[in-house]
Amino acid sequence: MIVLDKVNKFYGDYHALVDISERVEKNEVVVVCGPSGSGKSTLIRTLNRLEEIDGGTISIDGRDIHARGLDVDRLRAGIGFVFQHFNLFPHLTVLENCTLAPVNLKRASLKEAREYALDLLQQVGLAHKRDAYPNALSGGQQQRVAIARALAMRPPIMLFDEPTSALDPEMVGEVLGVMRSLAHQGMTMVCVTHEMGFAREVADRIVFMSEGEILERAKPEDFFTNPQTPRAQQFLADRRRE
Amino acid sequence: MPSFDPSILQSGQYHDWLVQGFILSLQLTAASFVVALPLGAIVALMRTSAVAPLRAIGAVIVESIRNVPLLAHLLFWYFAFPELLPDAAREFLYAHNPEAVCAVVALSLYSGVHMAEDIRSGIRAVPASQVEAARSVGLGRFAAVRLVLLPQAFRASVPPLLSQTVNLWKDTSVATVIGAAEMMYQAARVETASFRSAEAFTFATLAYLTVSLLISLAAHLYQRRFPVRPA
Amino acid sequence: MLELIDTYWLYFLVGQYPDGPLGGLALTVLLSFGALLLAMPFGLLLGVARVSTRRSIRWPVATLVQLVRAVPLLLVVFWVYFFLPAVTGVKTGQATTMLMVLVLFDGVYLAEIVAAGIRALPKGQLESARSLGLSYPQALRLVVLPQTLRNGLPSIVSQLVSTIKATSLGYIIGLSEVSFIATQVNTLVFTQAVEVYLILALTYFILCFGLSRLAFLLERRMARAS
Repeated sequence: MIVLDKVNKFYGDYHALVDISERVEKNEVVVVCGPSGSGKSTLIRTLNRLEEIDGGTISIDGRDIHARGLDVDRLRAGIGFVFQHFNLFPHLTVLENCTLAPVNLKRASLKEAREYALDLLQQVGLAHKRDAYPNALSGGQQQRVAIARALAMRPPIMLFDEPTSALDPEMVGEVLGVMRSLAHQGMTMVCVTHEMGFAREVADRIVFMSEGEILERAKPEDFFTNPQTPRAQQFLADRRRE
Repeated sequence: MPSFDPSILQSGQYHDWLVQGFILSLQLTAASFVVALPLGAIVALMRTSAVAPLRAIGAVIVESIRNVPLLAHLLFWYFAFPELLPDAAREFLYAHNPEAVCAVVALSLYSGVHMAEDIRSGIRAVPASQVEAARSVGLGRFAAVRLVLLPQAFRASVPPLLSQTVNLWKDTSVATVIGAAEMMYQAARVETASFRSAEAFTFATLAYLTVSLLISLAAHLYQRRFPVRPA
Repeated sequence: MLELIDTYWLYFLVGQYPDGPLGGLALTVLLSFGALLLAMPFGLLLGVARVSTRRSIRWPVATLVQLVRAVPLLLVVFWVYFFLPAVTGVKTGQATTMLMVLVLFDGVYLAEIVAAGIRALPKGQLESARSLGLSYPQALRLVVLPQTLRNGLPSIVSQLVSTIKATSLGYIIGLSEVSFIATQVNTLVFTQAVEVYLILALTYFILCFGLSRLAFLLERRMARAS
């Protein structure tokens, strides 16, 4: 579904992504992990063109997302993106946050959008907060709303950029729970995360990055019990110490 | 429409009028600045003082002057204030260019309180921890303010103060309302006499633009040379 | 002083209306609010242009802003009132002239407020809006500008105060705004200049200080909400 072929990105002289090639199949859950600065966030942001690339190709559903004439907005409407800092719209209620895009992009009437949004909010456990404003919610609640907001566009792919890194520990679980059930429903997901427990349980595949390169790809059990490269071994050792 | 004739700007009577106006505008600016800056500093220190009554008086001064337009100030000082003076003083005033004097008084006060606010924000930009640190190494209160607070406050205040100076320069134009023969007064005079509005106003525009941009350039260069380094 | 107020309060308030055009305090207030309102769309457009990524859009607007801020408002009033009729053949009235100039100045200052507000908004807001598939204009309209305007409200109220003070310049071209009326009263009465001009100052003070306090309270309320 998502194909990256020799993707390269530079920030000035700094080589942020080095010859990245990878595939993500439909219904797969891929977790991207690695030390800070490894390029994982940069990589996931190239998938919906929040970051541009300097070389290589990225294809989603067989179409080159950098093709000339491609409607970037349409591309993004078909990909759900969840940010580390939630980025809910503070001037809108929870429900309005979820209906804004579907209604304004003419994907649904207001009535239909509201119904579907309420359904999603129910699934993430926040239907009772539908008229609240984001600043009245906890971090974990805001992130769950952010997930519902992304799902309201009915995207076939969901991308998560360190969704729990900005949360207090006690709220991490509620967000991971939502992501877990999403995975069980068969959503195609790419998650950048430090939550190794989640990765172990839910991921179909782990992709380990360091300094802009993909160093390892393996099934979770294989990766956690038998990391191949010294970097990965160091990384897991550090994680275990936490 | 008659064609634009720059020659009247370069010599002749109209040229002389306009140049006189330009010079008076500069003089009004300079005189008002010289009074406004110290006034602003004093009011700023009052507003940041630890003594509550001083702070209150400072606030009253700033708010009562700031919320009244410059034009109304000029009208007051020229038409109303002389009535309050004893006869001898009033005669003295009327004999010595009352338009310019009242203009300078009004402009000094108006600009002064705005400068006070700029200096105050400069003082507030210096974290309290700076003075605490200065006291911790043994500096007395006065020395701490003089050696640590004011230099940093000054550097932070200079850009807004220069911006305020540009405002002062532009504000001298309002003095025309009480008959001060500055730039706008002369430009209107030329227009009435010759109907050459474009030439007269172009002269004025260039005059104001040049000085404004020079002052802004000075502010820009100052900020480059003395950047505000946060603590 | 009381009989002064008693005799002239209506004249001070509305000028010669209904026997003539509206004047006095009513004109001052109407002109200020009207100018700011009309300047809003202009300011929004310029403000968005100020932060554009394309230099060809950013620079002309920046130049316009610099020019407008470098010349006295009175000079522009003179240009419009004395020069423009010679070119267009249409003589603009005093009120119309002031309105046009105030809209220009307010537009430029509002543009700065809008631009600053857009720059101050966290980058994530625009990013999440675009990630949902909204186009840049849609993201501006639905997410960025509503927040920018709300956050910039105290500054906008301050701009209103500046505009009220700026209307006084209409005096110089003979507009019957409140300062002009005060001088008319002074000419009629002649012996109470101090009272007349103190009342004028007080009027401005109540209006402008009142609005400034409102701006201050708004700012406090918004700081507490976040």
